[in-house]
Amino acid sequence: MRAKSLAEFGLPVELAEAHAPVVLFDKVNLAFDDKVILTDVTFSVRAGHTKIFLGASGAGKSTILKLMLGLLKPDSGTIWVLGHRVDLMDEAQLMRVRHHMGMVFQEGALFDSLTVGENVGYKLYEETQMDLADVRARVDEVLGFVGLLQYIDKLPSALSGGQRRRVAIARAMAARPTLLLYDEATTGLDPMTALTVDAEVVKLRDLEQATSILVTHQLRDAFYVATHQARRTPAGDIELFEAGEAKVEEADFVMIREGRVAFEGSAADLRNSNDPYLQTFLS
Amino acid sequence: MNAVRIWAIEAVKKGLLEVQEYFRLCFTVVGATFSRPFYPRDLFEQIDVIGLGSLTVVLLTGFFTGAVMALQSGMTLDQFGARPFVGRLISASMIKELGPVLTALMLAGRVGSGIAAELGSMVVTEQISALRALGTDPIRKLVVPRVLAGFIMCPILTVVSDTVGMLGGWIVALTQLRVSSGVYWHAVVEGLFIEDVWMGLIKPFFLGVVIVTIGCHVGLRTSGGTQGVGRATTNAVVAASVVVLIVDFFVTRLLISIFF
Repeated sequence: MRAKSLAEFGLPVELAEAHAPVVLFDKVNLAFDDKVILTDVTFSVRAGHTKIFLGASGAGKSTILKLMLGLLKPDSGTIWVLGHRVDLMDEAQLMRVRHHMGMVFQEGALFDSLTVGENVGYKLYEETQMDLADVRARVDEVLGFVGLLQYIDKLPSALSGGQRRRVAIARAMAARPTLLLYDEATTGLDPMTALTVDAEVVKLRDLEQATSILVTHQLRDAFYVATHQARRTPAGDIELFEAGEAKVEEADFVMIREGRVAFEGSAADLRNSNDPYLQTFLS
Repeated sequence: MNAVRIWAIEAVKKGLLEVQEYFRLCFTVVGATFSRPFYPRDLFEQIDVIGLGSLTVVLLTGFFTGAVMALQSGMTLDQFGARPFVGRLISASMIKELGPVLTALMLAGRVGSGIAAELGSMVVTEQISALRALGTDPIRKLVVPRVLAGFIMCPILTVVSDTVGMLGGWIVALTQLRVSSGVYWHAVVEGLFIEDVWMGLIKPFFLGVVIVTIGCHVGLRTSGGTQGVGRATTNAVVAASVVVLIVDFFVTRLLISIFF
């Protein structure tokens, strides 16, 4: 169903190869007046992989997602997203790139005057020429995917915190994005509810093949997403299980400390690191 | 002394930045009004909210302004034995000045504050960022329909206000001042020139745009959580009310130089 190639997005030759980065940050710097937010941030994210940004509150993690979306512009450095230099694009050009991206905001950021169904189908209703019946079918499908179909006519205010996050995930995935960004999707949720949100992230990554970028300071959620895998059983049910070594290797961790990349590597590298700051964070 | 100077410079810089950002928003709105995509459903919704939603307050304000003017001017005109001219005074005042300005001030209170609060809440809850992330330009989706609705509905509401104002004056003239209906309405028509009517009709277009763009500008620049939303709402009403009076003066001056 989702067979979008990177070349489809007009990637330059060097990025249009197999396993080419979907996102590339090269020496990105950002400051608001005297306050330095990011310093020389460099990393890349490959198609179908997971990148998990860890760090204390205020370290600059969410800012990285906003830079990817073009909601903020860097002071210097280059940012490639889906083959486009988003740091050089104007708002109208960015809209075309954002069409292939989905973002789950910290508190969900659902439109409070619209129903759950209208929220989920917003992009399809407003920004595409899709037939209304097809939109409704897709809304039913994604709400079924996150297990909230019965809430389709409810307003967001009638939902719990965890349900709102899951609706936000459904809204982000409705237009079948290539790249999904999660900004603290489990913050403020109880552990059990957080686990259901983590499961949605894993399902979406493995069953809808969306490249995932997570920002979190919840280690348990980060490791759960990195070490679990989802598949559809022959009966059509979705099953979550411990991921194999190769799959775990596809999840990269990046530790952001005071606006700088303090660590980049796999879950095993993170656990085995001798860096005192990382050890303190992990403990 | 030095601290005062720095504070003053910062305040001026902040004020100039606000003005610059306001005009930038206005230019963006003009561009977005004449290019795709359009959101007609939102336009009709805003016409309903801004226009029909403000009808009650405009009717009451217009009616009682006309009524109280008739009462007050009746007493003054009596001193010169000119009571039958009360209709002339009311029609000229309502249509040229009071109708447009009072309607605009009512809209600044009701619509300007509502827009600032709504957009401000959307900013602090990241709904504006979510809109952009979903590929929607907030200016086209939220600002343009509101500005167009203000541009269309402010003159219509002003005509309503003028009409009920003259009706209010007529009821008072008839029941309190004992001026006959024929005399009153004859004076109303006599007191009006076509230039006055044009003036009264043109001004609300400017005032409607000013009220809504200020509400949108202040709302979209909200920061500081729920407290910030409260602050933005107050600022929008104060700024819109003051600017309405300033714009009214300059547009009136301009129209006088054109018509007379």
